[in-house]
Amino acid sequence: MDNILKVENLQVSFNTYAGEVKAVRGVDFELRRGETLAFVGESGCGKTVTAKALMRLLQPPFAEIKPQSKIAFNDEDVLSMGKKRLRQYRGDDVSMIFQDPMTSLNPTMTCGRQIMETLILHKGITKAQAREEAIKTLELVKIPDPEKRIDAYPHQLSGGMRQRVMIAIALACSPQILIADEPTTALDVTIQAQILDLLQELQDRLETSIILVTHDLGVVANFADRIQVMYAGQVIERGTVEEIFHQARHPYTWALLSSVPKPGRETKKELYSLMGTPPDLILPLTSCPFAPRCEFCMNICKERMPKETTLSDEHRVSCWLQHPMAPKVETFYERQA
Amino acid sequence: MTKLLEVKNLSKHFSVGKNRTLKAVQDISFSIDRGETLGLVGESGCGKTTCGRTVLKLYEPTSGQILFKGQDISALTGRDLMSFKKSAQIIFQDPYSSLDPRMTIGEIVAEGIGVHFKYSEREKQAKVLEILAKVGLRDEYASRFAHELSGGQRQRVGIARALAVDPEFIVCDEPISALDVSIQAQIVNLLIKLQREQNLTYLFISHDLSMVRHISDRVGIMYLGSLVEVGTSDQIFSHALHPYTKALISAIPVADPDFEGRDSRIKLEGEVPSPMNPPSGCKFRTRCSYASDICSKEMPILEEIEPGRSVSCHHWRDIAQS
Amino acid sequence: MDNATNDSFVIVGPEISEAERIARPKVSYLQDVWRRFKENKMALVALIILMLLGFMVIFGPSISGYAFEEVDRTARNQFPSLKHWFGTDKLGRDMFARVCQGGRVSLIIGLAGAFISSVAGCLYGGISAYLGGKTDDIMMRIVEIIISVPYLIVVILLSVVLQSQGIFTLILAMTLTGWCSTARLVRGQVLQIKGQDYVLAAQALGVSPWRIITRHLIPNVLSVVLVSITFDIPGYIFSEAFLSYVGLGIQPPNTSWGALAAMAQTSFTFYPYQMFFPALMIALTMLSFTLLGDGLRDALDPRLRK
Repeated sequence: MDNILKVENLQVSFNTYAGEVKAVRGVDFELRRGETLAFVGESGCGKTVTAKALMRLLQPPFAEIKPQSKIAFNDEDVLSMGKKRLRQYRGDDVSMIFQDPMTSLNPTMTCGRQIMETLILHKGITKAQAREEAIKTLELVKIPDPEKRIDAYPHQLSGGMRQRVMIAIALACSPQILIADEPTTALDVTIQAQILDLLQELQDRLETSIILVTHDLGVVANFADRIQVMYAGQVIERGTVEEIFHQARHPYTWALLSSVPKPGRETKKELYSLMGTPPDLILPLTSCPFAPRCEFCMNICKERMPKETTLSDEHRVSCWLQHPMAPKVETFYERQA
Repeated sequence: MTKLLEVKNLSKHFSVGKNRTLKAVQDISFSIDRGETLGLVGESGCGKTTCGRTVLKLYEPTSGQILFKGQDISALTGRDLMSFKKSAQIIFQDPYSSLDPRMTIGEIVAEGIGVHFKYSEREKQAKVLEILAKVGLRDEYASRFAHELSGGQRQRVGIARALAVDPEFIVCDEPISALDVSIQAQIVNLLIKLQREQNLTYLFISHDLSMVRHISDRVGIMYLGSLVEVGTSDQIFSHALHPYTKALISAIPVADPDFEGRDSRIKLEGEVPSPMNPPSGCKFRTRCSYASDICSKEMPILEEIEPGRSVSCHHWRDIAQS
Repeated sequence: MDNATNDSFVIVGPEISEAERIARPKVSYLQDVWRRFKENKMALVALIILMLLGFMVIFGPSISGYAFEEVDRTARNQFPSLKHWFGTDKLGRDMFARVCQGGRVSLIIGLAGAFISSVAGCLYGGISAYLGGKTDDIMMRIVEIIISVPYLIVVILLSVVLQSQGIFTLILAMTLTGWCSTARLVRGQVLQIKGQDYVLAAQALGVSPWRIITRHLIPNVLSVVLVSITFDIPGYIFSEAFLSYVGLGIQPPNTSWGALAAMAQTSFTFYPYQMFFPALMIALTMLSFTLLGDGLRDALDPRLRK
């Protein structure tokens, strides 16, 4: 499979009064055509910042993408794109949907207009054509009677419908990559299932590559092809869905897997819980950032950063437990059994 | 066990604009025993939050009765009212808007102590630190502001504020839905631990069934202002009778890529109708696969089919058999 | 791993208290506000200009050594010189002393007017929003009626009724209508804060309404009011200048910046400096207060905290 997006050593910092907050600390990955890649991690782990950096949506001088970072879209350097090319890139090539469909839609414009605007801007078609296209897109995201809904304002629609409109806007110019930043977090469970099904179906039909950003492993199990688990601005484990769910090696991934309540488990039993809070990214990290919360923390974890160990074609993990001298520990799976 | 809270035929309507009423809660009845957790589950706009706030006398009910320890709370005044407020507390959903940005964590936790206890300043500080420790926050947090904390830490401050007045009953209004999954477990465990230690009673409101089953003894499912099904956690999860409950359960994402049941999932079509203008008869009929003629004509009543187990559906017998 | 010992790979377990350590230094609210205010260089410059203006207005006359009403017939209409820094007017009075005196009056009117109308507006708007319902409706209709009356009419009527045109009458006339906008602003803010969960939490705790107002509502509204005061001051100064300019304001022998500018109007082509200095002061003050207000608004907004 060919890579559509290649990111190397991505580093993003925020300049705040208290100092430099290194939100993303050297992230590498590639996205292939037609696949779904999930970024999973707690809030503040850098997953949304990484996603925004791909779109170049971060505002300088407050946010800064470090010069050694490389983002290549179809071998084209994204970070050196000019203003005009960038406008084209956002929308035509890559587009993004956000967590809160209420604040990301313009309340003073009808939904139809917002879709049409994107179309007119990117495709240079007439208004009438754009309207027709917009109705088609609304149909695509399964909004009932699109001819009527096209003239509705965002506040006249429910949360689920608004998220569909957001998806419609994002897909209007049939981009090659869709970045979905927690697309279902603000929605009810039944609607969440609908939106995920919709995204899956659209991907099958349009062959879009999707980057799904989420804190909930439960959401990605049936949806993603590959998963990257992020912590403190780094990717700490990556692999195919099967590898992450059935052969995960990092204690943090285990913790995330255990946090998801399982059907059929005894009620009122204490859930496995990850204690503590992720580190403040203003701190320099010289050792494993997860060490203070890790139940298998060893002395070396507090002294040195682990290197990435390759376990299979896709599966890589950064943890000192992979070192030949490390003791064998009882894994999440052995504990479950 | 004794009933701590009993709600009888509670309704709460809001007037919105001219001659229009929003029937947020309509004729619901339930009770909670001391030391028990009742989960209240439903989608947004189903009236679960209104229900939780009315029970605490933050809203005045339109009709119906709320008995706390056998006393009607609408009649409470003066000292009795204060003692009710001390016994019944609330934890909010949004850990960002529920803490005053101008107050330190210590001041936030101390606020209730100042109202209900006659403590010296030093005793008050000691109690604040003790409670912060109970929810797992270090002493140094007492002098910090809410914006310096992470979401999970803020939610623990919210819990500490409620605990500070030694309550018996706490309404947990979606305390975990704004948090990361890994942090949700932290908060749920904390709530379970506190319940064991202090024999607390919870009304646990949530839209997420998977966490509710872990904390609740009994669960009530709400749809558009009405209770549609009540039962123990196991009954609800293993033998749901109402089609809406079934749909909610099957919508829970399963964290297993090989999960087989995905295609047999009950998919709910459409959205929740507007509570301003609910469908006639059974309110769920517009999204229900079992809907028949009778559903649009007659509103089903919540019937008790065995002690402690009720369902409000015309077709529950057919569903139970299939 | 050459220097790794067996000891390195011994499991020691988590240290949760370490994971919950706060990395950032403690910053009090005021420190935080000052830090963000400092970042806005324009606002900082404005603050310095205002401080200089204040210093000049208070101590100016004693430095120059002339009294503002002191008439020197031998030195009429003199251009600025070392003796008379801003020159003299047609009666031979030292312009610098007069500008300082005029500044006192103008600034007092600006500060007092903004302060009085803010306090009144705060109380009115706060009460209206907190009580809500019918009371709120009635109170807000009253505000709308008052706001629709042009203040020029109020000023003229008042000066006729009170038979005086001093500072006091001017302040009274301007605040009589001026508090309305603050009342609306505060009402909106209080309504918004009243709906916040932390106010609900305080109600659930049984905190008394008085304490809710003083502990939660006022501190959270205060920053908005402070900014509105800063923006109101130049408005009052300008209104005073305008009224004095058209002859409804401060009467001789007392003076204000507006009155000074009005005096210089007749001989503007011959003695432009007589117009220049008071006009410069008005412009500087108004600009500085506006820039200061901008800076304060950004610094006080907790949402902009990063």
